[in-house]
Amino acid sequence: MSGNMNLIIAGVGGQGIVLAAKLVARAAMNAGLRVRTSETIGMAQRGGSVVSHVRVAESPIASPLVSPGRADALLGFEPGEAVRCLSFLRPGGVIVANAHPVAPVSAALNQQSYHGADMLTRLGQCGARLVVVDGDALCAEVGSTQVLNVALIGAAAGAGALGFTVEQLEDAIRASVREKFIALNIRALHAGACQPHALAPGLFANRPQAGSIRTTLARSTQPQVSP
Amino acid sequence: MGNEAIGLGAIAAGVGVVTGYPGTPSSEILPTVSKRSPGGIHVEWSVNEKVALEVAAGAAMAGARSLVTMKQVGLNVAADPLMSLAYLGVKGGMVVVVADDPGPISSQTEQDTRTFSLFAKLPVFDPATPEEAYEMIIDAFELSERHGTPVLFRPTTRVCHGNAPVMLREEVAERPVPGFVKDPKWVIFPRLSYQNHLRLEALLPRIGEEFSAYRFNTLSGTGRLGLVTQGISAGYLGEALAILAEGAGGGHAAGSIPEHKLLRLGAPHPFPKRLALEFLTGLDRVLVVEELDPFIERELQRLAGEHHLPVTVLGKGSGHVQVAGENSVAAVTGVVADFFGLEPPLTPTCADVPAPDPVLIEPPPRPPVLCAGCSHRSSFLAVKLAMRRRKAVFGGDIGCYTLGNAKPLDMVDTCLCMGAGITIAQGLHVVEPDKVHFAFIGDSTFFHTGIPGVINAVYNQTNIVLVVLDNSTTAMTGLQPHPGTGDTLMGDISPKIDIAGLLRAIGVKHVEACDPLQFEVAKAAVNRAVDAAATGVAAIIFESPCIHLIPSGPSYVIEDEACKCKLCITRLGCPAILLDDGKVVIDNDLCYGCDVCLQLCPFDAIKIVGADAQAEVTA
Repeated sequence: MSGNMNLIIAGVGGQGIVLAAKLVARAAMNAGLRVRTSETIGMAQRGGSVVSHVRVAESPIASPLVSPGRADALLGFEPGEAVRCLSFLRPGGVIVANAHPVAPVSAALNQQSYHGADMLTRLGQCGARLVVVDGDALCAEVGSTQVLNVALIGAAAGAGALGFTVEQLEDAIRASVREKFIALNIRALHAGACQPHALAPGLFANRPQAGSIRTTLARSTQPQVSP
Repeated sequence: MGNEAIGLGAIAAGVGVVTGYPGTPSSEILPTVSKRSPGGIHVEWSVNEKVALEVAAGAAMAGARSLVTMKQVGLNVAADPLMSLAYLGVKGGMVVVVADDPGPISSQTEQDTRTFSLFAKLPVFDPATPEEAYEMIIDAFELSERHGTPVLFRPTTRVCHGNAPVMLREEVAERPVPGFVKDPKWVIFPRLSYQNHLRLEALLPRIGEEFSAYRFNTLSGTGRLGLVTQGISAGYLGEALAILAEGAGGGHAAGSIPEHKLLRLGAPHPFPKRLALEFLTGLDRVLVVEELDPFIERELQRLAGEHHLPVTVLGKGSGHVQVAGENSVAAVTGVVADFFGLEPPLTPTCADVPAPDPVLIEPPPRPPVLCAGCSHRSSFLAVKLAMRRRKAVFGGDIGCYTLGNAKPLDMVDTCLCMGAGITIAQGLHVVEPDKVHFAFIGDSTFFHTGIPGVINAVYNQTNIVLVVLDNSTTAMTGLQPHPGTGDTLMGDISPKIDIAGLLRAIGVKHVEACDPLQFEVAKAAVNRAVDAAATGVAAIIFESPCIHLIPSGPSYVIEDEACKCKLCITRLGCPAILLDDGKVVIDNDLCYGCDVCLQLCPFDAIKIVGADAQAEVTA
């Protein structure tokens, strides 16, 4: 593939999206590519919708923001936030979505249940290739809830959605993360890349309980790592 | 990040003193300088923007290069010293970074610091990218020092919080600082102001002439059509032109864009007239793509008038470009296509694919909320429940606690600007003295501009109830220290300024501090304060650290059989309490263990996880 890639990372304030974008940007820099990113910082970080834009290219990049319909990949840290960002994704793009929902307060106040599974179904119906990841299980495997961001970046790399290898992202972690957290984050990256907990879409006949989707585990197609 | 580039650029320019007050999107500049300082740079979070600007001005009078950072509304606080400093001038280079926020994404206004530069008679720089910001701030210091004038430097949110690789310069040699030399020129008097006004009016056209040749003010292309842009909009415009050239989906042959000139202005004031005139000459129509005020648009119209040029300048005034909010590639593509008489290309997206499953709806909105475990939630609820049978108005202020306006708390009736909650409450109270008027203010905002308002209330005997929400940090902008935290950005331990002691010293008779997470205690404190407010200004200080400063507490679980009322949902609005198919559940990934829901639950349905097991072991 060419070096060009537009990525949207969507989630909820506090999920570590800024670092996730930084790792991809660092990998791009190390590969000698151009990169621009744009972050949501400030008020929205308090549990609001957060979106990072990452643009990687071989030639100079004009805008730091991805235009509607021009993202190649959408990394959803939260399934509903991925749905909210579908307008960025080009038809035929890739969605890597965490299955674990984070219910907005507005849902409970309006007496509504909020199901990640509904959102995942919507993601599966939009003409994109969907890879669903059990982020909870990955965190449990690594033994820390603080590494969800890196585990999901690993899953996206494993699914071939980023155009960077796991090794390239490992180098990015070494360059971006505090010394004492490097080993933990590299473990999370690999856990994500191997996707032992990837969920095949369409397996949500039994709605999992809010807060934990661990009921339907299945191995997805063999992860591919693109050069 | 653009803000890091600005901080590193200031270091490369030999900055000696850096001050500021946090405010999105400017907050990351100071920490960058303090982290990356080669040594010998004084960096401080000042109590407010006016103070910050004055400290930086003093340093520049002594010949040091100084930098002061703030967000756009912070410039309003700092306007008094800035307006006068423009007349007085500086010795060392002084750059005032004011981050503008088109959108606005996290601000009260969409004011444009370029327009402020016109008003203040100061040069302004307007970078388009982080790379440009790095180079430009070095230029800004050089220009400031050469002309002895402070300069404004205004990135916008997408530049501040955008990331790109930036090529850093080699280490800069140490700059000797001459020190302060006594001279009448540092004392502003009407006569001196008149003379300095004359000097300024002569200086500005000279800098405008310099800006006509400035490397980030560029003119390219040929033809009878012209495009003009600035800042991040230059990036959007570049992308829009590429999309139109590609003709994606629109059926155009590639490269069918009409011939045009392109003017990019990175330093728009004083206006680079010579360059702009060269651009306008021979044009029929011009489209100006800029954010916030139609600053360049107006300057071009004026120039065209002065020189009787037969050119039409389109933009915000003509209704072509949106007058408020952020620009975007999509919007700019549409406007430019229209200008060129092209069909804008349609780009299909995944959102266009209709969902075959009719059950599916859009995800519910997710506005920012007070964090799970945030003590502000409990503070607001304690006041709300204590005031259930009283007529009360709840004045809010600027900080995380502005989010107390959301349902179900609904506890922010007014919010204007930093510190105004306290004073607006007084205005309301003198009109309606029978109502109880509360003013909620955070600790950092209290130090920023809250104190004079309290003094005013005591002096004028306007008996409001002040509620200081003291979470020991400046939370909203990223946990910066302040005078009440006992530490500084330089890493020093500093004396903690005691809010209760300060309030007593300025004459507040009733001052009571308590932990708002002890709900009944907090409610009782509110009742006592309201009683005390019958005879004087009363103050409660709710002391509980921001959850980002402390480890989380135990986990909780809701027992289905006991759960009956959903009061925890309808009263608290905590993001960790969810409704799952009609059942109330606690998301333990989010729960921070504040246990306020447990204290509120009338059916005793909320238990500590593992409590039974522990009880059994004990038994």
